[in-house]
Amino acid sequence: MVAKKLNLKDKYSLLTRDLDWDYDYADRKEAFPYEDFEGIKITDWSKWEDPFRLTMDSYWKYQAEKEKKLYAIFDAFAQNNGHLNVTDARYVNALKIFLTGVSPLEYQAYQGYAHVGRQFSGAGARIACQLQSIDELRHVQTQIHAMSHYNKFFDGLQDWTHMHDRVWYLSVTKSFFDDARSAGPFEFLIAISFSFEYVLTNLLFVPFMSGAAHNGDMATCTFGFSAQSDEARHMTLGLEIIKFLLEQHEDNVPIVQKWIDKWFWRGTRLLSIVAMMMDYMLPNKVMSWKEAWEVYFEDAGGALFKDLARYGIRMPKFVETTAKEKEHISHQTWWIFYNYGHAAAFHTWIPSEEELDWLSEKYPDTFDKYYRPRWELAREMEERGERFYTQELPQLCTTCQIPMAFTEMDDPTMISYRASDYEGEKYHFCSDGCKHIFDQEPEKFSQSWLPVNQIYQGNCGGPGVEDVLRDYYKINLGHDNMDFNGSPDEQRWNAWKGTEKDAKNKDAKDKDKDVA
Amino acid sequence: MALEIKTATLQPIRNTFANIERRFGDKPASRYQEATYDLQAETNYHYRPLWQPQHELNDKSRTQIVMADWYDLKDPRQFYYGTYVQQRARHQEAAETNYSFFEKRGLAEHLPEAVRAHLISYLIPLRHVEHTANLNNMYGCSFSYGAAISQALLYNGIDRLGNAQYLSKIGLILDGNTGDSLAAAKQEWMQNPAWQAMRALCEQMTTVEDWFEVFVAQDLVVDTLVFNLFYEQLDQKLASMGGRDVALLTEFMQVWTKDSSRWLDSVLKTVASESEDNRVLLAGWVKHWREKTLHALHPLVTAMLDDSEALSIADGLLEERLKKIGIIQ
Ligand SMILES: [Fe+2]
Ligand SMILES: [Fe+2]
Ligand SMILES: [Zn+2]
Repeated sequence: MVAKKLNLKDKYSLLTRDLDWDYDYADRKEAFPYEDFEGIKITDWSKWEDPFRLTMDSYWKYQAEKEKKLYAIFDAFAQNNGHLNVTDARYVNALKIFLTGVSPLEYQAYQGYAHVGRQFSGAGARIACQLQSIDELRHVQTQIHAMSHYNKFFDGLQDWTHMHDRVWYLSVTKSFFDDARSAGPFEFLIAISFSFEYVLTNLLFVPFMSGAAHNGDMATCTFGFSAQSDEARHMTLGLEIIKFLLEQHEDNVPIVQKWIDKWFWRGTRLLSIVAMMMDYMLPNKVMSWKEAWEVYFEDAGGALFKDLARYGIRMPKFVETTAKEKEHISHQTWWIFYNYGHAAAFHTWIPSEEELDWLSEKYPDTFDKYYRPRWELAREMEERGERFYTQELPQLCTTCQIPMAFTEMDDPTMISYRASDYEGEKYHFCSDGCKHIFDQEPEKFSQSWLPVNQIYQGNCGGPGVEDVLRDYYKINLGHDNMDFNGSPDEQRWNAWKGTEKDAKNKDAKDKDKDVA
Repeated sequence: MALEIKTATLQPIRNTFANIERRFGDKPASRYQEATYDLQAETNYHYRPLWQPQHELNDKSRTQIVMADWYDLKDPRQFYYGTYVQQRARHQEAAETNYSFFEKRGLAEHLPEAVRAHLISYLIPLRHVEHTANLNNMYGCSFSYGAAISQALLYNGIDRLGNAQYLSKIGLILDGNTGDSLAAAKQEWMQNPAWQAMRALCEQMTTVEDWFEVFVAQDLVVDTLVFNLFYEQLDQKLASMGGRDVALLTEFMQVWTKDSSRWLDSVLKTVASESEDNRVLLAGWVKHWREKTLHALHPLVTAMLDDSEALSIADGLLEERLKKIGIIQ
C-alpha cells in the first residue's frame, strides 16, 4: 500500500498543533488556566483554521531579508542626514506622538501576544499568536531605530519610554493597551486582533505611513511598508478569531458583541489623536480624517459587519455617533492640544491660511461655522503677542482619559458631559460610549490612573504644574513644549535650510519663553 | 565659509535617547541598547489583570528571584529582532542545504532498518520535548520583567518551535512526506513506557508557577542533560549502527545549543552572583529538577543507549556547568 502524501494544510498542522498532546500526568487546566473565566465556550480547538502557514525556517528567511533591506535604508538615511528631506520641521511632531504614544503599544502588543501565545490551550492559535508576538517586537524595535536619527536632531523624542508611563495625554494610549492586556485572552484577541488590527488598523497605518511618504520621511515610510506584510498576517488572525469564537458556541455571540461594542468605541477615541495628526500636523496632507473614516471604516467596515450578520453580530454600538464625530473630532482634539501646548512634549501651531482653506474645503458643513473663527481669533492674538495657554488642569474622561472638551455632536457649542456613581464616588465621561464602557466594568475602570487626579493627589511631584512637567515628566521646558513658532526645533531647521523667519516670529518666541 | 557653518549646525544635539544616556553616559549607543533598555512599562499601570489580580501587569514578584535591575540580564549575543532573525536565517540556510543534500542523495533509503526504528522511537519524539520548551520559554517571556530577559526568552521559545519542526522534518524525510513516522513517533511518546516519565516531567513543568524556576528546570537542567544524551551520545550510537548521515539533520540543533548556552550561562551567572539568596534559590531548584529529570530519563536512556554510564556522563556535564555558573561550589 502506498501511503498518501500530505497536503500543505495537513503538513503544517503536523509541524505545529500535532506537537501538542493530551495530558495524562498533570492537570491541563493548571497548565492553561485562563481560558474559562470570560464565559467563552470552546468545544473543539481542532476547528481552529490556521490563519497563515509559516514554518520557522521560512519565517527566519523572509524576515531576515526584510530586515536587511530596512536597515540598509536606515543606515543610508543617517549617513545622508535624511531628516533634512522632510517637508518642514512641523512634520516631526507627528513622529514624536508616534514614538511616545504608539511604539510603546507595540511593546505591549508583543507582551500581550506572548501571554496568549503561552496560555491558549489550542496549539494552532498559540503558535499564530507567538508569531505575532515576535512581529510586534520587531515593530517597536524598528520604530526606535527609525526614530533614533531624528532624536539626534529634534526635541521631544528623547525620553519616550519614561514619558509614556507618566505624561497626561500618553495615558490615553497606554490605558488602551493596559485595558486589553489586563482582559482575558479572548477579549484581548477581539480587542487587538479583530477590533484594532482588522477593523481599524488602516486608520492608523495609512495616515502615518502615507503621511511619511507625502512628507519626505524615508525612514518611517520604509519601516511602514516593511511592516505591511506582517500586518497582513495579523489581520488574518483577527478574522480567524472572530469566526472561530462565533462558530464554537452560540453563547459566545453576545459576549463577543459586547467586546466589539467596547473596543470599537475605545478604538475611535484612541484614533482621535490620529485624526488631528492627519488634518493638522502633516504639512503635506494625505486626505482628511473624515475621508479616511469614510473609506476605511464606513465602506470597508460596513461590508465586514454585513458579513458577520449571519452570526448574529450587528454594527458596534454608538456607530451613529461616529458618523457625526468625523466632522468635528480632529478640530476639537487639535484645539485641546493647542490650549495645553505648554504641557505637551511636542509643538502645536495655528494652521496657515492655506491650511485653513484646505480644512474649509474638506469640512464644508462644520469648519467655517465652528472652527475657522476660533483659529482666526487665535492668530489675531498670536500676532498681538498674546499666544494663550490654558493654565488650569482639565478634567479627564475616566474611560478614554482625554480631557473633557469634546462637544455634543448635535450641538458643537456644548461640552459633552456624562457621569456615573460607583461605590460612593462620581466618575466623569466625555461621551455615552465612554460612560457605557465604564458602566459595564466599573470595578475595572474605577482603577484608572488618571494623570490629572494623580497630580492633585501629589503623586507626580510638584507642587506646581511646572515642577511636574519638568521633574516628573522630564519635559525639557522651553525646548520640547510650547508653540512651534520660535521653538529650538524651528530655529535649527531654519539654520540647516538657510532660511530666516521674519522678526514677528522672533517676538513670538520671546513671548513663549516667558510663559515657559 | 558657508559650508563650514552648515556642517557646524548639522551637529547632533544629542547622542542617544535620554534613558540610554542616564544608564551609559552621553555617548553614541548601540542598536541593541536603544532597542532593549527600558522598553517595558515600569509604573502607573491602569488596571490589574483580571486573570491575576494579585499582580500588576508587569510585576517583579512573579518570581522569587530578586534583581536590583532586571536589565543586568543582557544578552552577550546582543540579539534584538533584526540581529536575531539574520543569525537564524544563516543557520537555517545551512540546515536547508543539509536537508536537501540528504534528500537528493536518497540517504534515508540507505539507513539500516534498526537506525530508522531508533529514530522513530527516540529522536523524533523529542519534538514534543521541544514543544514543551517552547511553552516554558514563552511562559518566561510573558511573565518576566524587563525587555532584556523577556526578548531573549522569546527568541529561545521561537527557536524551540524551530527545533521541533526540524525534528519533525526528519520524520517526514523518513516516511516520504506521509506523516506516518510522526504518527508512529507520537505513539511512542504517548505509549512507550520508556518515555512516560519524561512525558510526565514535561507536563508537570508547564504547571509550575515561578517563571524563573521554569526557566531553570527547562533551559538549564533538562536541556543540558537532553542535549548531551540526544545530540552527542545518541549521535555516536547512531553512527555505530550505520546511521552517521543523521548528523547532517541534527547539525542545526548542535549549532543552536552553542549559541543559546552562551546567553544562558551569562544570564544565570549574573543572577547567581547578584546575591546569596538568589544563589540558594537557584541551587534549590536545580537540586529538585535535577533529581526529577535524572529519574525521568533513566528508563529512556536505558532503552536508547547501551552505555550504562550514559546518564552519569550527562549529569557530570551538568555538574560542571553548575560550577562554572556559580550555582554550586
Ligand atoms: Fe505592530
Ligand atoms: Fe500588528
Ligand atoms: Zn471618553
